[in-house]
Amino acid sequence: VSDVLVLAEHRRGELRPVGRELLGAAHALSEQGLGPVVLATIDAEAEANAAQAAVGALLAERLPAVVLAAHGRGALGFAPALAARGGYGFARDVTAVNWERGELRAERGVYGEPVRELGFPGKDTVLLLLRAGAFDPVDPRGAELEQIELRPTPDARVRHDGYLDRPVEARDQALGEADFVLAAGRGLADEGAQGIARMQRLADRLEATLAVSGALVEGGLAPGVRKAGISGRRVAPSVYVALGISGAPQHLAGIARSHTIVAVNRDPDARIFEIAHYGAVADAFEVLGELERRLG
Amino acid sequence: VKLLVTTDRFALESALALRADGDELLALAVGDEPRGRAFHHALAMGADRAVRVWDPLLAEAGGPGGVDELALAAVLAAVVRLEQADLVLCPAQSLARADDVTGIAAAGLLDRPHAYDVVGVERVGERLAVQRRLDGGRAELLRLTMPALLAIRTGSNAPRRPDLRAVRRAREQPIAGLGLDELGLSAEALDVSAGARVFALREHRPQRSARPIDGSPAEIAARIVELAGEGIAP
Repeated sequence: VSDVLVLAEHRRGELRPVGRELLGAAHALSEQGLGPVVLATIDAEAEANAAQAAVGALLAERLPAVVLAAHGRGALGFAPALAARGGYGFARDVTAVNWERGELRAERGVYGEPVRELGFPGKDTVLLLLRAGAFDPVDPRGAELEQIELRPTPDARVRHDGYLDRPVEARDQALGEADFVLAAGRGLADEGAQGIARMQRLADRLEATLAVSGALVEGGLAPGVRKAGISGRRVAPSVYVALGISGAPQHLAGIARSHTIVAVNRDPDARIFEIAHYGAVADAFEVLGELERRLG
Repeated sequence: VKLLVTTDRFALESALALRADGDELLALAVGDEPRGRAFHHALAMGADRAVRVWDPLLAEAGGPGGVDELALAAVLAAVVRLEQADLVLCPAQSLARADDVTGIAAAGLLDRPHAYDVVGVERVGERLAVQRRLDGGRAELLRLTMPALLAIRTGSNAPRRPDLRAVRRAREQPIAGLGLDELGLSAEALDVSAGARVFALREHRPQRSARPIDGSPAEIAARIVELAGEGIAP
């Protein structure tokens, strides 16, 4: 039976934590009857054309049944090209994957869209981009598995020309294009404008963009341009951290495309936990205080 | 140089900024939008021509729930070949539609160099100087040879607003239609191109719950910093 290949990103040799979730999904597939799990690692910032060639060569050699990668900027930069070119099966935003009676099944969907149940008839290799937070993590150290370190060689058509450390729009940019959003909700309204000012300072220290829920705009605590949601700004950052937001439907639909949503709310039944990838039931002010303490 | 843009405001703005004298800028949309508002907007913004690809077969490729993104990529690649476009610009992180894998997939079919999540682009001679977004607000600078395909980040520029006269003029311009036959694509070819088959659609199940972060407020704060760093740290 063919392998389950995990394509995990590392930063300076350290596996990104979402890699443990990919391994968890892979081990579950292996237990359902697919072959052994193979862990391939690649630099999270590898140039996409070079990464495409390196991963493509590995797939051609190993012919895995399934390739699991994280749904994020890294894999979105080359996995669609690889899948289209190789005639592989492909799905993004995957929240469930199973091997049932000799067939691969997956589900994809983000909040506000129906869940799509997917199959991959006629595809010997299927590339899936998994959502963070949807699968139980497994520690790679305990598991016995084959590991391959990919070292992409540059594509002759693409020349690396350096880095820009602070592109002009990086700091406190318009909400719609922000990559890291810190969001405040009604749970932080008790101190009036003071709570929002604290969030703004925290956002500055984290180099994040501040967003607020509709309740704070209606309460006059924040301007409308800060409002995330369908009736404000739709956002799709890599990380969305929500403190004290309970989650009105228009807000949830407007943030659904964020890659990782982390929510803190006192109410365990808050609707934001239906969409968040990680959730903590706690007082938003207490967590804000601890965040301030940690970041000096 | 011939530029081809899918009808996305930010990709269009990039294309208009890149266009030099003598270049041709073509706006493409694949869909059944009856009144063609997206095309007229593209023409009003400054595109030279608009091409619309539609065939009922497109709705069926990949099963219910919308056209499969990889099947769409096959259509895009076929138009690029037919038009012999040198530079293709598509959306990345598009919030309006979830089609931001289509462009990169088409680049794979065309075997062209590509860049995703592009926040800046300039022409330097025969090459493109591209800023590709990395985590933490950083960017990588790349030089790409043409022909190439770029996926432009939503919100990375300020799309021009056409004036009323340009909008009126655009409404009178013709929109060329292309069928699958003219692109050399069949229902079977699209079916093979599709990345997945949708077997069923069901309502979002709200019972899926977030992975819990337990512990004291201090422990929660530590985990938030870790998760944030995971997504955005340099």
